[in-house]
Amino acid sequence: MKFASRLVSFDVAPGDPYRPMATPIYQTATFVQEQATEFGPYDYSRSGNPTRTVLEEQLAILENGRRGFCFSSGMAAITCVTRLLHSGDEIVADSDLYGGTCRLFTRVLDRTGITARYADACDTETFAAQVTGRTKLLYLESPTNPLLRVVDIRQIADLAHANGALLAVDSSAMSPYLQNPLDLGADIVLHSATKFLCGHSDVTAGVVVVKDEELAKQIYFLQNAEGSALGPFDAFLFLRGLKTLKLRLDCQQKNAQALAEWLQAHPQVSSVNYPGLASSPGYLLQHRQARGAGAVLSFTTGSVEASRRMVEATRMFSICVSFGSINSTISLPGCMSHASVPPEVGAFRELPADLVRISVGIEDISDLTADLERAFAVADTISDPVTADEDTSEVA
Amino acid sequence: MSNEEKFQVSTLAIHGGRVPDAHAEAVVYPIFQTATFEQQETGVTKGHSYSRVSNPTVDALEQAIGALEGTPQAVCFRTGMAAITTLFLSTVKTGDHVIVSDVVYGGTMRLFREVLNGLGIANSSLDTSDLVAVERAVTPQTKIILIETPGNPTMKLADIAGIAAITRKHGLLLAVDNTFLTPVLQRPLELGADISVLSTTKYIEGHHATVGGSLACSDEKLLERFRLVRKTIGAIQAPLDSWLTLRGLKTLPIRMKAHSDTALTIAEWLEAHPYVARVYYPGLDSFPQKALAERQQATFGGMLSFELKAGPAEAIAVMNALRLWIRAESLGGVESLVTHPATATHADVPVETRQKLGITDGLIRLSVGLEAAEDLIADLRQALDLVFGGNSERSADHEVCQPAR
Repeated sequence: MKFASRLVSFDVAPGDPYRPMATPIYQTATFVQEQATEFGPYDYSRSGNPTRTVLEEQLAILENGRRGFCFSSGMAAITCVTRLLHSGDEIVADSDLYGGTCRLFTRVLDRTGITARYADACDTETFAAQVTGRTKLLYLESPTNPLLRVVDIRQIADLAHANGALLAVDSSAMSPYLQNPLDLGADIVLHSATKFLCGHSDVTAGVVVVKDEELAKQIYFLQNAEGSALGPFDAFLFLRGLKTLKLRLDCQQKNAQALAEWLQAHPQVSSVNYPGLASSPGYLLQHRQARGAGAVLSFTTGSVEASRRMVEATRMFSICVSFGSINSTISLPGCMSHASVPPEVGAFRELPADLVRISVGIEDISDLTADLERAFAVADTISDPVTADEDTSEVA
Repeated sequence: MSNEEKFQVSTLAIHGGRVPDAHAEAVVYPIFQTATFEQQETGVTKGHSYSRVSNPTVDALEQAIGALEGTPQAVCFRTGMAAITTLFLSTVKTGDHVIVSDVVYGGTMRLFREVLNGLGIANSSLDTSDLVAVERAVTPQTKIILIETPGNPTMKLADIAGIAAITRKHGLLLAVDNTFLTPVLQRPLELGADISVLSTTKYIEGHHATVGGSLACSDEKLLERFRLVRKTIGAIQAPLDSWLTLRGLKTLPIRMKAHSDTALTIAEWLEAHPYVARVYYPGLDSFPQKALAERQQATFGGMLSFELKAGPAEAIAVMNALRLWIRAESLGGVESLVTHPATATHADVPVETRQKLGITDGLIRLSVGLEAAEDLIADLRQALDLVFGGNSERSADHEVCQPAR
């Protein structure tokens, strides 16, 4: 079946005698046992819940994996994966990571004796130089957030396996519609499902899919032991959002491509990061390992103040963290989503302070460009002598 | 976002009538799952007193539907039938007369036969594609005309502007059940209708997850009347269902485009199939009212029906052989559904009436979902092959379709 069909054609309620079209919400904490010492397929919703099972199985199929697991947030999913490590183990991660992931790796895991090092995963040699005998997990996002760099997943997977480590890929910016990291050699694919998978800014959820049964058993053990699984109602909303994934992303991606080209031609824009642009350094690799460039892009204006004014002047773009929703959002990553990057990590990455990130929604493209044009005009009304370079310290 | 600004429909579906959450600035409006609201002082509220009367989440949905319809805040109901019931309880009384399209949802026919007729409200069910017949049916007691276009299930169209001219001339109200197309594909109010009726269960919510209905119009007095009746009979939509519907509404324009594109592909495929006698789809050149569809609709929508050259037994057998298409009532959701109108949606319509309207026992209705057209066609092909033996469609390659359910 084609992807569009797979999204909507699956058993939404296995075994249910009423055959509903929407998966029932099993909003229950516990399940009655037929006998005192024998459990049915479900006993307690932390350990397993029928609504969540439908979702987890569908995600495993869409990611070409063996088993899927859903968590109460993307960070809960990432945390669960890091629990595979022990004290003394090391993580080597790409330097352009979501701020929350950096915070977890650097400020939380260090308390349990796990260290994380960062290097540019686009440069395999530099990245490989960070790997030691104690490295157990390589970790990356592709395309990265917010610089939209493209990392060669297959190369890093080979590096991981040559060193006896696992590769985990946060594929939130792509979703299984556009990219399947497990097919490229990754051992674990992660999603903040809050983004494209759910797509409506109304659920926080995380996903882990693996292809190895032994790894699946460990993830399940940790999910149950730590109690980080997704609740039944959120699982229902997730399932509902997932059905329009292709439709939403097709539209968002088309809008993003048009917007990236529009921004590239705009006199107030100094650079645009979007792997769908032929001029982008990641263009060829992106089209080799994924089926599209996605709907997140970022750009610089050359002035922090101009970027800030422009962002605040938009009316159709909500200023908020998160991305991937049907409504367009705009942010200044340096001040918002990536403000939690510890300074010592920040030094590894070149995050321009005037960087503006846009997640493109499904509004009409003419309304979006009209809104941005107006915002640029507002930003231009006050002359601004401060350049991005001079201003970096203020925002960092 | 103010409604005065002119936005494209795909933008309106997301931002139109958006009610900002004043409390926490949440991007998504909260679910006010509450029955009642605290009064500041005795009798003084902040606009909401009791959720049978109004509720902030229901308001948010109504603002959004109003923005899409181009009207003030719409009025939302627990079901589509609750909306239609309220429509008539608000506009007619004993002794009055109503004109209704003959090809309408069976539940609307039942409402008259089993409920309103007994209260002394008469109705004429007639072919509303015939403007002369419509005008001839108007009596001094006639108060309102309700049309469904395209009509369920044979897709018969009514000329909205033509009927609006008649209702204006005679001082009647015109209500259009726009469930099959939604305001994204057809704008009844701009064509002269007074009231737009929607079963939001269908395309508006779009995920087969809720039941609901709405009434929209520009006449504030009529809207007030709808709200009064709704409050009196207790027919308001629930907070959670309103919220889910609001969520569905945002992807309505992109869904309608996909539904329409795929439906046209399937209609053309079916029409070329040697075992298919006729296909009812306004986008086909063979559809007698195609010109009218092009005039009053943006595209042709996601609903179609067809008849086999063989009889009802074969139609049922084909339906039972389908694996991807789901046998279920309702329509307009992401999953493709197949329905047998004679025994399901129109089972309550007397058999003679059904025959007269073309709702034969061999008619199969399709609600085209968001699956890939190739997969949907492959499933229809294997079902036809199975029933009629061998390769029923001689020229086509046989594709393998994964059994879905």
